[in-house]
Amino acid sequence: MTKISVKVCLGTTCFVMGGSNLQELNNIIPRKYGDKVEVTGSNCLGLCSINWEYSKAPYVKIDDDVITEATVEKVLDAIEKKLGNN
Amino acid sequence: MNNAGQAIHLKKEILVRIIRAFFSDDFEEQTRLIPYDMRPKGMEVPYRCCVYKERAIIKDRTIAGLGFQIEDDDETVSLAKYAKRALERTKIDEKNLTVLQAACKGCATNRIFITDLCQGCIARPCISNCKFGAISIVNGKSVIDDSKCKKCQMCVAACPYKAIVKISVPCEDSCPVGAIKKDETGFASIDYSKCINCGKCTAACPFGAVHEKSQIIDILKAIKSKKKVIAMVAPSIAGQFPGNIYQLKTAIEKAGFDEVYEVAQGADITAANEAKEFTERMQGVKEKNSEWLGWVNEGGYGENSENKETEKDDILHFMTTSCCAGYNQLIKKHLPEIKPYVSETKTPMYYTAEIVKKEFPDAVTVFVSPCVAKRAESYDNPNVDYVMNYEELGALFVARKIEILDCEEGKYKVESSKQARNFGFSGGVAESVKSALKDENSVKPFVINGLNKESIRQLKKFAKEGICEGDCNLIEVMCCEGGCIGGNATMNNPKTAKKLIEQFSNNSRDIEKIE
Ligand code: FES
Repeated sequence: MTKISVKVCLGTTCFVMGGSNLQELNNIIPRKYGDKVEVTGSNCLGLCSINWEYSKAPYVKIDDDVITEATVEKVLDAIEKKLGNN
Repeated sequence: MNNAGQAIHLKKEILVRIIRAFFSDDFEEQTRLIPYDMRPKGMEVPYRCCVYKERAIIKDRTIAGLGFQIEDDDETVSLAKYAKRALERTKIDEKNLTVLQAACKGCATNRIFITDLCQGCIARPCISNCKFGAISIVNGKSVIDDSKCKKCQMCVAACPYKAIVKISVPCEDSCPVGAIKKDETGFASIDYSKCINCGKCTAACPFGAVHEKSQIIDILKAIKSKKKVIAMVAPSIAGQFPGNIYQLKTAIEKAGFDEVYEVAQGADITAANEAKEFTERMQGVKEKNSEWLGWVNEGGYGENSENKETEKDDILHFMTTSCCAGYNQLIKKHLPEIKPYVSETKTPMYYTAEIVKKEFPDAVTVFVSPCVAKRAESYDNPNVDYVMNYEELGALFVARKIEILDCEEGKYKVESSKQARNFGFSGGVAESVKSALKDENSVKPFVINGLNKESIRQLKKFAKEGICEGDCNLIEVMCCEGGCIGGNATMNNPKTAKKLIEQFSNNSRDIEKIE
């Protein structure tokens, strides 16, 4: 089983639009999933400028899937789904 | 995202759009279009009944973002007009908060309510415990007569089935001084004569109905006019953005400011002055104590000695800090009796602004703030022209596409001490006073971590009795829980924010001891 990668965007737009709260994932994920899931903070993922008009920041990338208007719950849900599928 | 999260997201998005409109070719037209851009024709409606209602509400929020009172809007004035008026305005208004009353619709009024869980029991403790005769039995179940109910909640406590609940109104519950009320019409309104500008209601309302009136247009206008505009960032900012405060300095300059000062610079002065004042004030207590000791040693109640204990004691046994703007408003409006105990030292913002205006008398000064209370303080301080909160600064970065993490580190003219940089969290101010003194043990701090009904009662009691609990002699008062990092316009949760501040301040020098 390959590791799931979670990239939390810490670019300015994502951070300001609510991403600051996602820093909690740094504590929650390792505690919950050990080394099955790797969580890292990332500079601007470049999504905010493409998709600005609908202002869906903050963004989180789980492998190649993009989560828009990300919240801690949304991210954890997506991880669960992934783990179930694997 | 929960409701509150959504509301904050919405408020910030509107700010970003206002700022982008300001920098566009046609500010008025672009502002007029904000509700349509955010809720275009055919879009699925996220929260309310229809797209028209959503747009109307976005319009109201935009009015607050342009710095006007939503309650005064008569719906005939277009956002383009408001944008124009914002540009023409030369003075800011004294009122800092405004309520979007249309958002109050979804929120029930504060009342006691008997749910279906009522079993219609024979004992009927609800009736016997109600002192106002407000409860009667209808069809075998208890019913409350709202006109008689005084909301004392005795019935809530008495019901063995927990069938009676208090329906709360979050804004009312959050206000420590009873300044916001939902009236008979169901709309919340603020009694400005009571309001201490703490901003707790803005954070508490799940519909995001309470808005700060933004001064962002006034600030941008100053920037555009090529005046020298100087930002003064509060100590709590260190835990609020990605990157460090040196990168933040560069980012703020990129956003159009000419210079950035750390308000921690002023906090060093506050700490030193407060430490001096503390020593002077406590000198009297010391003398009195040794006098008393001498009297005891000489035999105490001897035949000829007068009764020392009935002598009026006019010495103040404790001092409270004075740097929190919300607390200062509380003293002025609700707690004048504590005034003699309050330190006369000025706030970090005061000293910083004084330094800046001395150096650049013609500059426009902007205090970058975690809370709305500082707007009230700055209104009374001629050295501070405007206030911009953290959310507004964030919106400015987003609108101008400034990546803090990509910014070089800038240098502040003065490097502040570790203790000054810790002013923004609860306990930090008392600690700085202590650290500035040679005899650190002379300070016995008592920390009020957040003003609420309970802690206000406590302060009243200390003022009345002239003694602080546990014989403490320095009371630090922070209006927000956690300190400034819990301010209504902060972006990070207080725990993370505190960690980030400490990571940074631990590498700073120690505060100098006073002579
Ligand atoms: S800041 Fe997150 S995608 Fe740009």
